[in-house]
Amino acid sequence: MSELETAQKPSSPAVWNNPKYRALFFQALLIVGLVYFFYSVVNNTLSNMESRGISTGFGFLTEKAGFGILQSLVQFNEDSSYGRTFIVGLMNTGLVAVLGIFMATLLGFGMGVARLSNNWLVAKLATMYIEIFRNIPLLLQIFFWYFAVLAGLPSARNSMSLGLGIEFNVRGLYLPGPVAESGFSITIVAFIIGFIAMFFMRRWARNRQDETGQQFPVGWSTLGLLIGFPLVVFWASGMPMSIEYPILKGFNFAGGIAVVPELLALVLALTIYTGAFIAETVRAGILAVDHGQTEASLALGLKRGQSMKLVIIPQAMRVIIPPLTSQYLNLTKNSSLATAIGYPDLVNVFMGTTLNQTGQAIEITAMTMAVYLTASLLISSVMNWYNKTMAIVER
Amino acid sequence: MSVNHRKSPNLPPPASEVGIVVWIKKNLFSTYANSVMSLAAMGLILLLLPPLLDWAFFSATWSGTTRADCNEEGACWIFIANRMDQIMYGFYPAELHWRPNLTGLLLIALMIPLFIKAFKYKNWLGAFILLIYPFVAYFLIHGGSFGLEVVSTNKWGGLMLTLILSAVGIVASLPLGILLALGRRSKMPMFRSVCIVYIEFWRGIPLITVLFMASVMLPLFFPEGSNFDKLLRALIGITMFQSAYMAEVVRGGLQAIPKGQYEASEALGLNYPKSMGLIILPQALKLVIPGIVNTFIALFKDTTLVLIIGLFDLLAIINLALTDSEWLGFDDEGYVFAAFVFWVFCFAMSRYSIALEAKLHTGHKR
Repeated sequence: MSELETAQKPSSPAVWNNPKYRALFFQALLIVGLVYFFYSVVNNTLSNMESRGISTGFGFLTEKAGFGILQSLVQFNEDSSYGRTFIVGLMNTGLVAVLGIFMATLLGFGMGVARLSNNWLVAKLATMYIEIFRNIPLLLQIFFWYFAVLAGLPSARNSMSLGLGIEFNVRGLYLPGPVAESGFSITIVAFIIGFIAMFFMRRWARNRQDETGQQFPVGWSTLGLLIGFPLVVFWASGMPMSIEYPILKGFNFAGGIAVVPELLALVLALTIYTGAFIAETVRAGILAVDHGQTEASLALGLKRGQSMKLVIIPQAMRVIIPPLTSQYLNLTKNSSLATAIGYPDLVNVFMGTTLNQTGQAIEITAMTMAVYLTASLLISSVMNWYNKTMAIVER
Repeated sequence: MSVNHRKSPNLPPPASEVGIVVWIKKNLFSTYANSVMSLAAMGLILLLLPPLLDWAFFSATWSGTTRADCNEEGACWIFIANRMDQIMYGFYPAELHWRPNLTGLLLIALMIPLFIKAFKYKNWLGAFILLIYPFVAYFLIHGGSFGLEVVSTNKWGGLMLTLILSAVGIVASLPLGILLALGRRSKMPMFRSVCIVYIEFWRGIPLITVLFMASVMLPLFFPEGSNFDKLLRALIGITMFQSAYMAEVVRGGLQAIPKGQYEASEALGLNYPKSMGLIILPQALKLVIPGIVNTFIALFKDTTLVLIIGLFDLLAIINLALTDSEWLGFDDEGYVFAAFVFWVFCFAMSRYSIALEAKLHTGHKR
């Protein structure tokens, strides 16, 4: 009887064989190891810094920097602080990332569609572009554009005029720039009003279609509200804007918008390199949509354009977005290669010049990495949210 | 009435469906829009290709020794030929070039049986290449024992250094990546969160800041007096960085294995290391081989970044050659040549990856 009872009740395993205790033990071991690792690293770092006479803390951010920066989107001169160099670098990195993402998306979508074109020649050209440029290191491409192409342009005196007041020479690209005069703010207000009105218009149009089935020309109305309305206001308020053309003064051009060759080379290389990768993701996305979808939508009586817009692209986007996100992230991180040609981005200005002058490696590296990490997490969370809204809602 | 039961021979396709003219009409000029695009593409080709070919081949200078031999019209490949030693080996002493050569030949010789179907000991050979060969290679290239003269790492460079960096980076990051991927899928929350933080941290920052940190800050982290070689620091940085990417590739493979495999291995009474090592990982790693090759391509291109911390890889050697006062102004030749070398390697590997994917795919078709 007692034998039977003990046989029915499984004997509990020994403590060292119990998976629960084992897990706890291994995790405790991991924590101890990590704590010891970080403790020794911090300890070593502190004693190393002390022996080298490196000060710590973020006090240096308010000190005077005393160096100039090639290009800055905010006011910066030699009296500005080290903290200001961080802002300047951050904004320059942002500028490259935004320009690069915008242009690489255009190029990538164009080339991805071109590779699937019925036209044999166009498809082969797009394939060649993709296979050549994604297999050459980005840094090499940046060097090529900067040292081999842009450095070979004529001097400012013999500048190439590309028409419309655009000048292109070894000092960079000079574009005519708009100068706002008093009263221009009305146009900006009009644009904001148009933007808000667009939202309401689209909602109203969707509701109306849901209820009555009647369609409203949403595309044209959006165009009218966003561009037409501000243009009318701009014209009605007496066109308070002039255009400033770049003019040769001495050895260089002045006025208008000047794009330094460093920025030009960087954006060009990033666009062409990332564009090739985006083209591949776009192609994969379009191929992932079954051809039956096109046929079914045409059978429903949709026009080619409508079937593309309402049936094919929404489904392809679902496949394209996750890899597209990582391409955008890659582009942002790759923009740090700017430092190789001296474009003043975050790594070049802050982790380069500022670090060399202050010697505070830990704080500066931590701040720089924090920026890239934040950007990564931000972009990927926005894209994840977008991806969620696009994903298939399953039963 | 008679019925002809014999098959009549197939008729040839109608003339309107075959021939080069029809092909051109169908593929290039089927619609107006298509015709416009074709003409634009042809215009682009005519505009770009002839001058490019002329520069690179027809008007180029192929033989000679000095700058005076160069033809003004086309590329001057003498510049590259003159620098070939440095491009291949960096500053490695010329009389010792046989050592890296031998190392490379040895690797090729060891790799050949891996591609022969009938060869039975592939696993053992693979283990030898991954575990023993690196030490052989290190002793051959670096020297220091068996009577070989020491060649310090600051003399390594060129294509040799590029290959060493990417090979070590991939081989060292693979085991680390596997551990991280397993950790990320672990049931123990501490392991999981540590692995997630590690992976997301390294994937979130640019390689350039990693290399920078490895070269500037790594010495600060260790007790005073411990001195690291510059190349070793770069390799540590690259390995840390790459292992995070490798972990994500391996995780993809682990997720693709059906749950039944995990449950079956547990039902057989295998413990965690055995179930992973014998059941899950062999299947998962086979799935991700193309992914690993793609990671390798990315790493191969990324190794150019080491020039920023002062190592002389292929691109840095080209840059150095361009500053030679006797050969100023040959940027086009230098960069085009470097691009060609990188392109050949990357393109070949990507084709290999595609072929591998197609070959491995057959195992999963139903």
